[in-house]
Amino acid sequence: MSKTLLQKVWNAHTVRTLPSGQTQLFIGLHLIHEVTTPQAFDMLRARGTTVARPDLTYATVDHIVPTLDQSRPFVDELAEGMMAALERNCRESGIRFSDLTTDRQGIVHVIGPELGLTQPGMTIACGDSHTSTHGAFGAVAFGIGTSQVRDVLASQCMALDPLKVRRITVNGTLGAGVYAKDVILEIIARLGVKGGVGYAYEYGGAAIEHMTMDERMTICNMSIEGGARVGYVNPDQTTFDYMKGRPFAPTEEAFDRATAWWSSMASDPDAAYDDVVVLDGSAIEPRVTWGINPGQSVGIGDRIPSPDGGFPRREGDRASIAEALEFMGLDAGAPIRGTKIDVAFVGSCTNSRLSDLREAARVVAGRHVAKHVRALVVPGSKSIRQAAEEEGLDQVFLQAGFDWRGAGCSMCLAMNPDRLEGREVCASSSNRNFKGRQGSPTGRTLLMSPAMVAAAAVAGEVTDVRELMPRE
Amino acid sequence: MTDSREIDRIEGRGIALRGINIDTDRIIPARFLKAITFDGLGEHVFEDDRASMPDHPFSNPAYRQATILLANENFGSGSSREHAPQALKRWGIAACLAESFSEIFQGNSLAIGLPCVTAAHSDIESVMTTVEEAPDTKLAVSVSGLTLQVGDRRITLHIPAGVRGALLNGYWDATGLLLERFEEVEAVAARLPYVQRFEGS
Repeated sequence: MSKTLLQKVWNAHTVRTLPSGQTQLFIGLHLIHEVTTPQAFDMLRARGTTVARPDLTYATVDHIVPTLDQSRPFVDELAEGMMAALERNCRESGIRFSDLTTDRQGIVHVIGPELGLTQPGMTIACGDSHTSTHGAFGAVAFGIGTSQVRDVLASQCMALDPLKVRRITVNGTLGAGVYAKDVILEIIARLGVKGGVGYAYEYGGAAIEHMTMDERMTICNMSIEGGARVGYVNPDQTTFDYMKGRPFAPTEEAFDRATAWWSSMASDPDAAYDDVVVLDGSAIEPRVTWGINPGQSVGIGDRIPSPDGGFPRREGDRASIAEALEFMGLDAGAPIRGTKIDVAFVGSCTNSRLSDLREAARVVAGRHVAKHVRALVVPGSKSIRQAAEEEGLDQVFLQAGFDWRGAGCSMCLAMNPDRLEGREVCASSSNRNFKGRQGSPTGRTLLMSPAMVAAAAVAGEVTDVRELMPRE
Repeated sequence: MTDSREIDRIEGRGIALRGINIDTDRIIPARFLKAITFDGLGEHVFEDDRASMPDHPFSNPAYRQATILLANENFGSGSSREHAPQALKRWGIAACLAESFSEIFQGNSLAIGLPCVTAAHSDIESVMTTVEEAPDTKLAVSVSGLTLQVGDRRITLHIPAGVRGALLNGYWDATGLLLERFEEVEAVAARLPYVQRFEGS
């Protein structure tokens, strides 16, 4: 019988049905970081249990990492305490750790793929909701909380209810200046921030198939912002080409055997889906969020919605729009274009990869950040930072007036010193525009692609990046 | 060791938190995640929302004894931080009742023995109104009966089958259960070609 990738991966990893009716699912790769694991290791110790498969577990440090002064001990004692706890836990359990002394440190969802740890057909868990990123490779990847981290550490398994699959087909070719970020913001605006609850999102269609792995990661990363805990793209030649030569990827004959198995895990052409949504990629414009959740976005040529406009589907939406406009200090009916910004942030697990930095650099080259704007670029990993420097991107950014920082999560959620102050407005390539997300309870976030962030940094306000791009 | 026990009936007062898409950043802002324990999270629940909204229900003494949280659509969306249900539980919440939940929040809540149950929009609205008019109203959630008792009224609840089973059987702390037949786990691992590094044919 024809199956989806989700069904194939689920079946291959099912241990048994639990008395509760949930499925006990084997987890092939457990990625851990400093924020959601210290309590889990303490719980293991309290129960006298050890880590079942340290060989299938891999650690990095990202959320609390300062991007300027990374010398130890960190200035922030709480951050230092978390770092020390992770070091101790990894040492005691024999878990490999890409710490700050290695050249492999970076955001967990950036280094997993980069190192070839993330592979098609796997199940992956990590104590972070953006674990959906790894679905770009055709892995089934779950964001989990600390008690589930404990479960996976102890047993390499999770207890889960089954998921339905929604196929999201994006046809056509994206226009110049339109990126994966715009596609996923469009999808979430269309289906809503809770539209994906209970579903895995399978992304396909010509626009997705033509995307690089970096772009597919951006799409899958934000699945959770649409309510889908899991998002994936079927593995194909683009995936296999990316895998080749990665430090943890199979080599030689094993690589050929891997490719055959990876291919076999892709959804069958006649697989049945619980739901199907089709979009025209060529109609998507650069998008910008105007509200307090990632579903509240408009095209750059559009106006900010009104609580009384055609957009609300029910009373809750009306109240939500009104609340968002009040918090954001934006006017219903005003164009999103021209919204003044104070800060520009290029970074996060959504958009901090080399291709993202290249696109942003292309926009700022020969230009300068507006006088009133502070702007920073935070590469997703040390190796991306190094590769960017080899291409001279750091100089492009520095000459344009951007800060060029060390790798980490940084101002996406401000668990390190990088944060908004007061009611600052930030053009951000990150994934969440929740109230207070970027470190100031009253700070405001406008989500957009890295190229759009670069354009906003230069203009000092939200603008259409297509007008700043060199003609192809 | 573990305190996993059977959870069925939860009784107590309600607290109504109106609004859709209340995310985990709002339940517990990221700065409170900078710790290596969950201690003290209860006092910071909704801290920034409470500071900006003087009439926030979690600041209202009339609801301080509440144990059943009433919310609208997509409660607990966003981050996978277990700190969110931990903060609610440590504040005193013993069950969450909403129109819908984010899956990760629901899973995290289950893992700490905090049931998340859903009900129809109209039912939630009516219970919210009741609680707002009379904060001392007694509510009773029955996981086995899939009902919420509010005075004489009985409202139908929904819970995913696996979640309900885990609560009623006392398996919500899953570690012991997942380790029970570890040889079956090893057998699955042995069959997965990538775990074997694609060695052999």
